Amino acid sequence: MSIITVDEILEPKLQFATGNDAIAYGALLANCRFFAGYPITPATEILELMARYLPLLDGGYCLQMEDEIASMAAIIGASWNNYRTMTATSGPGFSLMQENIGYACMTETPCVIVNVQRSGPSTGQPTKPAQGDVMEARWGTHGDHYVIVLYPNSVQESLWITIRAFNLADKYRVPVILLSDAALAHTREKLTIPLQNNIDIINRMPVTIEKSKYHPFRTGFIHPSKVPEMDIFGQKYHTYLTGLTHDWKAYPATDSAKVHEQLVRRFYEKIVDNHSDIVSMELKYMDDADIVVVSYGIASRPALAAVERARAEGYKVGYLRLITLWPFPHDEIYEISLDTKKFVVVEMNLGQIYHKIVEHSRGNSEVIKCFKIGGELHTPKEILKKIKSR
Amino acid sequence: MIKIANSTKDLREKYLRKDLLPTIFCPGCGNGQVLNYVIRAIDALNISQDNLVFVSGIGCSSRLPAYLEAYGVHTTHGRAIAYATGIKLTNPELTVIVFTGDGDISAIGLNHFLQAIRRNISITVICINNENYGMTGGQVSPTTPMGHFSTTTPYQNIEHSFNLSFLAKAAGASYVARWTTAHSLQAIKSIKKGLQKQGLAFIEMLSPCPVSKKTFKNTTEYLQYYLNESISYSPNQNNNTSAHVFKDLHECFTAQYEGKIIVGEIIDKEKPNYHQLYEDLRVRARNEFRKNK
Ligand SMILES: Cc1ncc(C[n+]2csc(CCOP(=O)(O)OP(=O)(O)O)c2C)c(N)n1
Ligand code: SF4
Ligand SMILES: [Mg+2]
Repeated sequence: MSIITVDEILEPKLQFATGNDAIAYGALLANCRFFAGYPITPATEILELMARYLPLLDGGYCLQMEDEIASMAAIIGASWNNYRTMTATSGPGFSLMQENIGYACMTETPCVIVNVQRSGPSTGQPTKPAQGDVMEARWGTHGDHYVIVLYPNSVQESLWITIRAFNLADKYRVPVILLSDAALAHTREKLTIPLQNNIDIINRMPVTIEKSKYHPFRTGFIHPSKVPEMDIFGQKYHTYLTGLTHDWKAYPATDSAKVHEQLVRRFYEKIVDNHSDIVSMELKYMDDADIVVVSYGIASRPALAAVERARAEGYKVGYLRLITLWPFPHDEIYEISLDTKKFVVVEMNLGQIYHKIVEHSRGNSEVIKCFKIGGELHTPKEILKKIKSR
Repeated sequence: MIKIANSTKDLREKYLRKDLLPTIFCPGCGNGQVLNYVIRAIDALNISQDNLVFVSGIGCSSRLPAYLEAYGVHTTHGRAIAYATGIKLTNPELTVIVFTGDGDISAIGLNHFLQAIRRNISITVICINNENYGMTGGQVSPTTPMGHFSTTTPYQNIEHSFNLSFLAKAAGASYVARWTTAHSLQAIKSIKKGLQKQGLAFIEMLSPCPVSKKTFKNTTEYLQYYLNESISYSPNQNNNTSAHVFKDLHECFTAQYEGKIIVGEIIDKEKPNYHQLYEDLRVRARNEFRKNK
């Protein structure tokens, strides 16, 4: 029986699709072949699509697990068989995943976690969009760790950012959290689906070191990179993985301050040293701007409308949209703050990225809150009011 | 052909990560015995160490994979079986063995255990049941017998305990065996059978924890108790314990409440395993896809 390709399944063409569709399609194009999840509004459709499509593909598996803890566990396990793996959830499920996300950080296991945000806390407003998980995405699991967090703002971008999430996860051996929200997830927009051979895939670095010299968490032996070469189960290297503090051989070293410090600092360094490769943002109308509207994800849609309206009225307003939320573009914000009188931070929460803007503008600019919760997007008018406020 | 078992020294050379020894286990701990039985079973079956993945949760028992010269994954508390599900499914060539404790599998991780049985994933789950939380210093666990003392039941345990093997059987496990560390040959035989099973095999090992679970003063007394009070559950079982056969489960549980230990091969049956069912599904899905094209 001839194989079925991703292109056959997705029939590359222009479609009207939702954000959730785009994430599933992006994952298939990125060679994700293992998905484990648990139904939850507004993320369920991703699981449903993967359940439909993954069995068609060679080596593809989709599992509905018993909960989000198990889903997270299963995608970490499968990743070590050289699989690109993903799960998708929303607030309550994302909270349940946190312990195992920490395990993925500690064992440097590439995987992608989609959190289609809804209002919280707790069960909150299941069908309503929110951006309340921005800090949780960065700091949800306990202890010092680093994760990469991305957040698209359109259906088309959801597809591209999903592919990028897999590439970054593999390149830096880190869990990548892809944020979306209930509005983006269910909005239908134009989506151009590319052919799979037009997709750039950056795979994890396999083991190239001979067995006698290979240690699972040894870095810098062949490549200058702070990302260790990644073993695959079923080979000769016999890697041991543990959530305990471990040395480069992967052996527990829980009493050693030195080993702990080296390990955990490296988790930071492998991301921070590659800031410019990971951080991305969209800037518009910045050349003459003395007011800058900062937004991300779905909230950037009314933000851009407000900026354009303000400019039409003669205000020198710029538009800054974060695409990578974490690592945070601290130096970039500082640079911009030197020429900025006022930032307006538009968020669908009661202030999360706001605090980062305050921190990194270092008193150079006034920082105005433009927060909204309850499940409705900002209106451009509400943002415009803040732009004009003094 | 009769295979001459390797000597203990050879086995040690072949299967242990010597640079991690000595183990963290207390003197007299049963974990080492179970490790010994597992190594002997693997060796007898000639399973490639490259293809062996030991997955564990958190607890003393879950520290075992570290000492084995093979792949090892020491995961989070209670979640080993969920990790193992992802591992086994995406590479069926691997032999996946889960090491877990009674707290790990039957308190925090019980759901994953039952769900994996329901799916019938082909993994071998070895639970070292020392009837308490050894690592955290002797708290009550779901398998601690009623009436026992622990650091968190200073006035005796008033909760009914689980018999994990019967639980596994009721959930539909393909293979279940229950032994104590005093039953070396039976245990090795059951682990071997479990490893050959196409489906989920559960092996429960009652094991002494003389440091955190002070039912008995020392391991010798534990082993004495295991040998004296074990009763065989299975009618056809040929073992060196009492040949008593229970009429029904009720009689069985009554004996357990009276301090007897029920051992034996609890179930051994064939049923389709998850992998096989998934591959069948794949064929159906592909046919349907082509038809609708
Ligand atoms: C989420 C979480 N909760 C609690 C603990 C603390 N903890 C470590 S080991 C353990 C109990 C282990 O008991 P068991 O599975 O019976 O293993 P044993 O030590 O007896 O072999 C607990 C509660 C933990 N590590 N993680
Ligand atoms: S506490 Fe108990 S189970 Fe843990 S190592 Fe000591 S004897 Fe073994
Ligand atoms: Mg225990």
